[in-house]
Amino acid sequence: MSIKRQNGLWFAAPAVLHMLVFAVIPIGYALYLSFFKWRPLVGEMEFVGLGAYAKILSDSSFWKSIWNSSVFTVASVPLGAAAALGAALLLTQRLKAAGFFRTLFYLPAICSQIAISMMWIYIYLPKTGLINMSLQMVGLSGETDFLNEPKLAMASLVFMSIWVGLGPKMILYMAGLMNIPQELNEASELDGAGPWYKFRKITLPLLGPTTLFVIVTSSIAAMQIFAPIYMMTKGGPDQATDMVGYHIYVEAWAKLNFGTAAAQSFILFAVVLVLSLVQLRMMKSQLEGWGAA
Amino acid sequence: MPRKESATKSAALHLTALLIGLFVAAPFVLMVLISLREPSTSLPQFSELIPEQAHWENYSQVLFMPEIPVLRFLFNSLLVTSVIVICQLFICSLAAYAFARMVFRGRNQLFLLVLMTMMFAGTVTQLPVFLMMRSVNWLDTYWALIIPGISSSFNIFLLRQFFLQIPKSMDEAARLDGASDWRICWSVVVPTSKAALATAGAFTFFAVWTDFFWPLLAVSSIRMRTLEVGLSIFKNSYGGTNWPLQMTAAVIVLLPLVIVFLAAQKFFVRGVTMGSVK
Repeated sequence: MSIKRQNGLWFAAPAVLHMLVFAVIPIGYALYLSFFKWRPLVGEMEFVGLGAYAKILSDSSFWKSIWNSSVFTVASVPLGAAAALGAALLLTQRLKAAGFFRTLFYLPAICSQIAISMMWIYIYLPKTGLINMSLQMVGLSGETDFLNEPKLAMASLVFMSIWVGLGPKMILYMAGLMNIPQELNEASELDGAGPWYKFRKITLPLLGPTTLFVIVTSSIAAMQIFAPIYMMTKGGPDQATDMVGYHIYVEAWAKLNFGTAAAQSFILFAVVLVLSLVQLRMMKSQLEGWGAA
Repeated sequence: MPRKESATKSAALHLTALLIGLFVAAPFVLMVLISLREPSTSLPQFSELIPEQAHWENYSQVLFMPEIPVLRFLFNSLLVTSVIVICQLFICSLAAYAFARMVFRGRNQLFLLVLMTMMFAGTVTQLPVFLMMRSVNWLDTYWALIIPGISSSFNIFLLRQFFLQIPKSMDEAARLDGASDWRICWSVVVPTSKAALATAGAFTFFAVWTDFFWPLLAVSSIRMRTLEVGLSIFKNSYGGTNWPLQMTAAVIVLLPLVIVFLAAQKFFVRGVTMGSVK
């Protein structure tokens, strides 16, 4: 064909330029910053090389925040995925008003995290909070201060995260369930398979790619959780909910140690990068399937 | 062989759905109920949850509060969110068209870069971008709130996936009529992707409207705050004492989100699954 075609680079240029300025260069800049001991408001900037990283290695409160993030991720991701799968299984049954429930289950995910945090602070309040009022109704004490008990605070955040993240994962599972060929289910029913057997041997294995996708994307988000901690616990009580995203925020904006914060964010970046590469691999096989990667 | 489902099984399913629905809806319902209580009263017991008298004037009181400019926050949020949504739809559509339809050197490498930035933006870029904004004196201006958000790798990816599914024969026909890529992009591909644009636009609206971390850093004077950051100030200045007004403010923040969500939600199912594995 002799039709003159325009150069696609011009079409992509604004987006690519934006990506360079606001993603690629900042990542490089953060790496550069992490080699300095830098406290801008104090006016101190000193090259320390890998010094910041060496300091972080022995900083037990930073590792405590990594540990907390890992606990939060390991607890909230599988529970969240299981809840979403349950909801998806339910809504793909013959159900009146399935569309209404789908909309409702999705709602928390689009909401303001600050508004949601305020809501859940109320739910977790001692005495007058929703949960404690319910406990009093059935004759229990109702004095539990969920967000101020070291052991309960983390569990409370995990529980809330399941409520928040239900919808998008559920939609992914619904799509996955609809892709399972109906003949497989029918064939196994003819063979006399019960529902539990069918779920374990057909549904769950065929949902494998969906589950992997759900787990990886929600782990990336869980490792970086910030707003609920800022609003609800401030990392407390006694550092019990100090997760790495919040820890870095405090290092940079409360203690004003920009160099250390940059080094810490690079360590978080490395963790997220590994998770992202897994996700990228999965997406690449899909892109090749569409013939245009 | 479709079997007739037994009535008990169906009833159990509906009951389960209702129970989960109650669990999801309860916080929202409580929020509205508390927002209608008389300001600065103590929190209700179960039996008093439904206020004897609905204090709708709480809403006007919060909107026109003398010490906290809530209307200004609302204006800032509307301005920043709408400019970003429009810019993103324009910039990302162009890039998505290039990645889906055009051939150029470095296309695959650039697209890989798009995918990578889509997945690991976040904590690491915030401090450097803040310093960049400071060095061009954009802190505490709309520029700082808007410019870092005017393009998004996620939307480039999302729109590209939709564009790929539009049959090539459509643009070939236009091309034979002498249309340029620019024309094909804006009068063939984009108009056929209304669902995709609605999804991308709505996701962007939610993300920008509820963004907290960046506006918290980027602006410092109270008149530049967005609603989301304003809400956190509200909580701090009423620190757990005036729940009805706090909840009123929270409802005001949530309402635009719910409206956009209900208007655009039929497109979502496709939008959310688009970025996943098949």
